[in-house]
Amino acid sequence: MKFERPLTKNIRPGALPLDVHGYEKAGGYQALRKALQAMSPAEVIAEVKTSGLRGRGGAGFPTGVKWALMPAPDQGAHPRYVIANADEMEPGTFKDRILLEGDPHLLLEGMILAAYAVQANIAYIFLRSEYVLASTRLSQVISEAYLNNYLGEDILGSGFNLELHLHMSAGRYICGEETALLNALEGKRAIPRAKPPYPAVSGLFGKPTVVNNVETFCNVPGIVLNGSAWYKDLSRTQEGGTKIYGVSGRVKRPGWWELPMGTPIREILEEHAGGMQDGYRLRGVIPGGASTEFLIEEQLGVPMDFENVQKMGSRMGTGTMIVLDDQTCPVGMVHNLETFFARESCGWCTPCREGLPWVQKILSAFEEGEGRHEDLKILEEHTRLLGPGNTFCALAPGAMEPLASALKYFRRDFENHIKEQCCPFRSITDSSSHIGLNTLKGGPRRYSSG
Amino acid sequence: MLTEIEAKEISSELNRYEQKSASCIEALRVVQRHRGWVSDEAIVDIAEYLEMTPADVDGVATFYNLIFRRPVGTHVLFVCDSVSCWIMGCDKIKNHLTTRLGVNLGKTSKDGSFTILPIACLGTCESSPVLMIDGKTVSNVNTNILDEILTGLQREDTQGKTA
Repeated sequence: MKFERPLTKNIRPGALPLDVHGYEKAGGYQALRKALQAMSPAEVIAEVKTSGLRGRGGAGFPTGVKWALMPAPDQGAHPRYVIANADEMEPGTFKDRILLEGDPHLLLEGMILAAYAVQANIAYIFLRSEYVLASTRLSQVISEAYLNNYLGEDILGSGFNLELHLHMSAGRYICGEETALLNALEGKRAIPRAKPPYPAVSGLFGKPTVVNNVETFCNVPGIVLNGSAWYKDLSRTQEGGTKIYGVSGRVKRPGWWELPMGTPIREILEEHAGGMQDGYRLRGVIPGGASTEFLIEEQLGVPMDFENVQKMGSRMGTGTMIVLDDQTCPVGMVHNLETFFARESCGWCTPCREGLPWVQKILSAFEEGEGRHEDLKILEEHTRLLGPGNTFCALAPGAMEPLASALKYFRRDFENHIKEQCCPFRSITDSSSHIGLNTLKGGPRRYSSG
Repeated sequence: MLTEIEAKEISSELNRYEQKSASCIEALRVVQRHRGWVSDEAIVDIAEYLEMTPADVDGVATFYNLIFRRPVGTHVLFVCDSVSCWIMGCDKIKNHLTTRLGVNLGKTSKDGSFTILPIACLGTCESSPVLMIDGKTVSNVNTNILDEILTGLQREDTQGKTA
C-alpha cells in the first residue's frame, strides 16, 4: 500500500539528514513562506485547529486549542515563548529521536510556524542530554536556518523575528513533564508546577508559553502547506494525519513506521513488525510507552489513535508499543516499570514519593517468592491513591496504568507467584537474566549525589 | 576558581535566558566537561559567578542524574534498564559488567577506568538492549560485544599511559 509520509519522507536510514538546500529542494520551508506571505497568525492557528492535530507527546491535547489559549499579543507579558519538548525518555519510546536525527529542519520549520502563529519571539529546543547525535545535527541546522534568514530578524522580509536556542538537559525523566520542563529551563530543580495557571498564561519566566512535542511540531508544516482537508484524508479514522508507530520486544522486526493514523495495532504488529519471534507467543501489549495500560490479544484489532485506544481502556500515548511475550514474567515486567517510576519520581508530592517505592518493594517481594495475598489488596489501593487528582503531575497516575491493568489481565500470574513462593518464569528463561532484579532494592537512589 | 575557558563558555550562555540563574545547568555541564565531575568548590564558584547561593546550585546539581557530584572513572557506562531492554535481557548485560569490573552499579572500578550507572530509556528500543559508553550509543549489545568494547578501551588506556 502506498501512502504519504509527511513526517519521514526526507528520512533515509543510515544517511545524513538533508541540509538547508536539500530540505528546500524537497519542498521545505514552503509552508513557512506561505504562512508569512499569505496567512495571518490567527489563520495559521485556525488551520491547525481544523486539522484536528492532537499532541504527540502522549496526552493528545488538541494543538490548535493549546495555541489559542495564549493571550492576545497586546495583552499578556512579553517576550512570549515556544518550546519543543525533545526530552524523550518514556520507556519504550524512540519516535522523536527518528525525527530529530533524521530531518531536523522539519522540526525547525514547525517551530517557526508555531512561533509565528502565537507571536512568540524566542524558542527553545529542550533536548535530553543523551541524544548526542541529535544535538550535533540540531546545532548544524539552527546555524543554517540563521544564515538563510529562516531565523533571526525580519524572517524572509516579513517583519517577524525569532531567536531559537538549543538547551541541553542533564537527565531525569520528570523533565519531560511540561511544567517541570519550564523549571528545568529556568535552571531550577525540575519539579512540576501547580496548574492553573497554565503555561499559556504563565509559563517560562512567568511569560506566555507554548510547549509541544517534537512530532507535534513536525506535523505543522504539512498542515499549513496542504490544508486541513488534506491532513484529515491521510488518516484511517476521525483523527487526522499520520503517526510514527514503533514496536519493541520479542517481535521479528522491531522498528518504527510512519503510517496513517488509526492503523490497527494487530496490523502494525503483524505486517510491519513481522509478528512474534519463533517460539514466542504474544500475551499483551503496552500501546504507548510505559505509562499506558496493557491491552491483550483480543483487543488488538483496535485502530491506533487517541479515541479508539481510550475506548479499550488504555491510551495511545506515544504510539510506541512494547510487546509482552509468553516467556517474560508480567509481574517482573511491571516490577521493572515501577522501579523506573520510583527512581524517576521527583519527590515533590507525597503519594508519588512514598507510594511508588512501596509498590516497587511489594512487586520485588513477589519476584523473590515472598508475595502474600494481602499484597494484592495493597497494590490495588495504590492504583487508586496514586491515581489522577492526588498528585501534581501525571507521573504517578501514569505509573499506575500498567499496574492496574496487569492486576486485571495477569491476575493468575500474581497468584502463581504467591502459591509457588517464587517467580514461575525463572525456570523457563535463563535464570541469570533475573539475578539483577534487586540491585535497586531499597527504593530510589541517586547515584550522582555527593 | 573557574578557569578562564570555563568562565568564557558559561558567559556565552548568559544572554540566552531572561535570568542569569537559568544558565546554572549549562554552567554545571561546562565544569563537568572540563573536570569530569563537579566538586564542592566548583559549586561555590558557579554560585558566585551566577549570583546564586551555593545551596541553590547544589540543589540543582544533585537533582540531575547526569551531573556528577563525585569523581567518575575514565569511562562512564550507562546501562539502559528500562522495559524494552529488560525484556531483551539487559540484566544479563548488567551482571556481566558488574562481574567483570568487580563493582556494582553506581560505582567505579578499582583501577578508576570505568563507572557504571543505570539510565532511563535511551530511546533506541528497536535495537535493545542498549548501552551508552562515553556518549556513544551501542545497540543490540551482547556479552561478546561488551567484552570487545571493554578490552578495546582498556588497551587504548594502557597504550595512552605508556606513550
